[in-house]
Amino acid sequence: MRIGIDVGGTNTDAVLMNGSALLAKLKTSTTPDVMSGIVTAIQSLLSSSGVDRAALTAVMIGTTHFTNAVIERRRLASTAILRLGLPATQAVDPFDDWPEDLRASIGGRWRLAHGGNEFDGRELSALDPTEIARIVREFVASGVQSLAVAAVFSPVAPAMEKRAAQVIAQEAPQLAITLSHEIGGLGLIERENATAINAALRPLAAATVMSFRRSLAELGIKAPLYLTQNDGTLLMADAAERYPVLTFASGPTNSMRGAAFLSELSDALVLDVGGTTSDIGALVKGFPRTSAVAATFGDVRTNFRMPDLISFGLGGGSIVRGEQPTVGPDSVGYAITERALVFGGDVLTATDLAVAGGRAQVGNAALVAGVDRALAQRGLAAMRVMTEVALDRIKLARHPEPLIVVGGGSILVDDELAGASRIVRPKHFEVANAVGAAIAQVSGELDQIEPLSDGREQILERARRAAIERAVANGALVESVRIVEIEDAPVPYMEDRMLRVRVKAVGDLAAASVASSSTRTT
Amino acid sequence: MTNWRIDEDALESIVIGAGILGTGGGGNPYIGKLSARKLLREGHSIEVISLENVRDDWHLCTAGGMGAPMIAFEKVPRGTETSDAVRLLEAQVGHRIDAILPAEVGGVNSIEPMIIAARLGIPMVDADGMGRAFPTLPMITYLIYGVSPFPCTVADEKGNAAVFPTGVDSYWLERLSRSTAVQMGGFVGCAVAHMSGIDAKRTAIGGTLSWARRLGDRVRRARGTRDEDVLDAILAASGGHTLFQGKIVDVERRNADGFTRGQLLLEGADEDAGSKMKISFQNEYLVAWRDGKVVATVPDLICMVNREDGEPITVERLRYGYRVAIIGVPCSDLLRTPTALKVVGPPAFGYDLPFEPMERVQ
Repeated sequence: MRIGIDVGGTNTDAVLMNGSALLAKLKTSTTPDVMSGIVTAIQSLLSSSGVDRAALTAVMIGTTHFTNAVIERRRLASTAILRLGLPATQAVDPFDDWPEDLRASIGGRWRLAHGGNEFDGRELSALDPTEIARIVREFVASGVQSLAVAAVFSPVAPAMEKRAAQVIAQEAPQLAITLSHEIGGLGLIERENATAINAALRPLAAATVMSFRRSLAELGIKAPLYLTQNDGTLLMADAAERYPVLTFASGPTNSMRGAAFLSELSDALVLDVGGTTSDIGALVKGFPRTSAVAATFGDVRTNFRMPDLISFGLGGGSIVRGEQPTVGPDSVGYAITERALVFGGDVLTATDLAVAGGRAQVGNAALVAGVDRALAQRGLAAMRVMTEVALDRIKLARHPEPLIVVGGGSILVDDELAGASRIVRPKHFEVANAVGAAIAQVSGELDQIEPLSDGREQILERARRAAIERAVANGALVESVRIVEIEDAPVPYMEDRMLRVRVKAVGDLAAASVASSSTRTT
Repeated sequence: MTNWRIDEDALESIVIGAGILGTGGGGNPYIGKLSARKLLREGHSIEVISLENVRDDWHLCTAGGMGAPMIAFEKVPRGTETSDAVRLLEAQVGHRIDAILPAEVGGVNSIEPMIIAARLGIPMVDADGMGRAFPTLPMITYLIYGVSPFPCTVADEKGNAAVFPTGVDSYWLERLSRSTAVQMGGFVGCAVAHMSGIDAKRTAIGGTLSWARRLGDRVRRARGTRDEDVLDAILAASGGHTLFQGKIVDVERRNADGFTRGQLLLEGADEDAGSKMKISFQNEYLVAWRDGKVVATVPDLICMVNREDGEPITVERLRYGYRVAIIGVPCSDLLRTPTALKVVGPPAFGYDLPFEPMERVQ
């Protein structure tokens, strides 16, 4: 018995699930303090289903909390970057490409020190504990609370960062330390950026997770708490305290994972229609296809692999204008229930066209009787074209693929679209994101460069085994673990053929008592 | 032609232009851009001198990064690798280098000469040795037209350096220097092709840096003001023409031998509706066929940009669904002579095809 909650900007959605059965669902407005909305949602799920809170085995929460803190530049810790890579890496300073206000809001102190490895694991330069201790004392004296440590090639050889952490902890036990190999893969600047954002969020993460825990305790819930990550898998609460950045942008992922689950399709396109915009993405083996382009958060470049989404300005509240009607991109948003014609308002919205055109039945159809039928049809045609263009851009192959439609605004979508083999509208489509949280699994990842002389097959096999081991270490049930992503590419322009391998393994959450979050490696 | 200085604005434009002229390869210049910007912000200046203003009695050489550009994304350079290699070359030839000649205008090595110019306080020449991007040393026009590849120097960030005082030819140098680069950690600074001003004017492709800058300027302006279609902007500034517009419908890669080789298929849109284009690539886009007929081959430039914003699409980023424009740009005449075609023509990349200048095929 699990509760899945997705806290979005406008709505907090929650579901109670037993295995694959959905027992109760709820959609409520997100409260300013977030926590009270979650508590209300859990209470109402339990009372409407009559389920005993002792029967709960897990609570999974997807939240935009940490993302918002970065975007709004508030409640961020005084953070420094310690980069290990001298004499290399001096050509680009830490924090170099950051927006000035974000950098200023966390202090933006940094130092370079010796350490790091070469691509093949050789030592780049030796770690110097005296040098590190001196830098740490300097940081502490200037008020630094949280430290990001990034060593060159640490995703390949993490030992140097771990040794540095020991030195730092000895010198300043009060400092929160984030090690870059636990945050991201290859690409020093982007990984270092993500590590620094994580470091800046550490105190907020600790406070947030503590208040989540307290709320659950007050509700008498003893089941363990998890937060969902941007890849659709879970972080145990104590890992979320240490790696809050990994929860960034988990909303769209949860929605797509929920769509896959509800429709029982693992390879399909997913269209999530909200009030203002629509997101379309592609599911591959039940997970969102990730984007090849560097992701930015709060205008900082990171190397997270985010879902490859196309957003376009079509939602239930999109405003319709003109005789050859244009739809959106502006929208009445959450005020749709007051301002749309069918709800007695005075703004012609996409929803009104859907009702006038006979596609949907919401609100009072009599209120759109005055809308010209031909105009409604032209508007609906324009909406179909917008959707078909986005659909064609996101597709991976030429042949038509099934399209799963979820989200509150999905009534706008035609039953036939060019490029879609069929339109699937699963039950509970409006809470797909909370379902995605409730069914989230556990993963293990690996990103490495290895000499091709070892043989491609052997390299891939080794990488698969290592990723599976990591998933199990993160709490996955060993017999359920499978490889969901494997990618290998030769390193371009390299004479001694090297292979870059990226693997991801995913499995079901093992019984809570078994799960250990002590190691989280990416 | 007057001399000019590179400022942050010019740097932004050159990065975009060099990306397009990289023909799908050459490496991502992001780290190089940040490195050059840091030097500018520290007060260094980067002076650009036109090829005709190079004096006959000057000593010049080319220099840049050698190895796998991907390494520099993780092991960010120290920043002194290429200028150290130039210093070492000076010691070998017993003369100061008066100006630096870029090796290529596409990709990461379009930026590296700026870093050398800033650090050593010497001008860089508005010229290069490819007029595009190529994967190996022997493909530089300086070496194709008889400048000696020796001595050649390489330097890493740790303080290691190597000199190749003499050798058989540029192919041997390519093999030896590249394995040294791997031993030194994968991406090093390299200086080569010491030459006189007379030789520079004879063997360099002039005006390519300002070409990349104009191209980038025009793309940025089209993106910003939207009063010009970004594709028209690229065509006007590159001197190329559209070979095809359409959508990538298939990408096939083969990794088995350690090279990214492959081909992609495009389905036409707009005036190309109903037609297909096939493009074969290794590190760069090399041959384009329209409906089965060759329309452009290396060394002419086959550039691919996102149809909407003109962003170059590199070989690594290729995938189904991109709306792209394929732009053919005639290469420099220096790459079209029988001597050059032996080194950079289709057969040098394993294609049993004659080189036909793209403007004659059209």
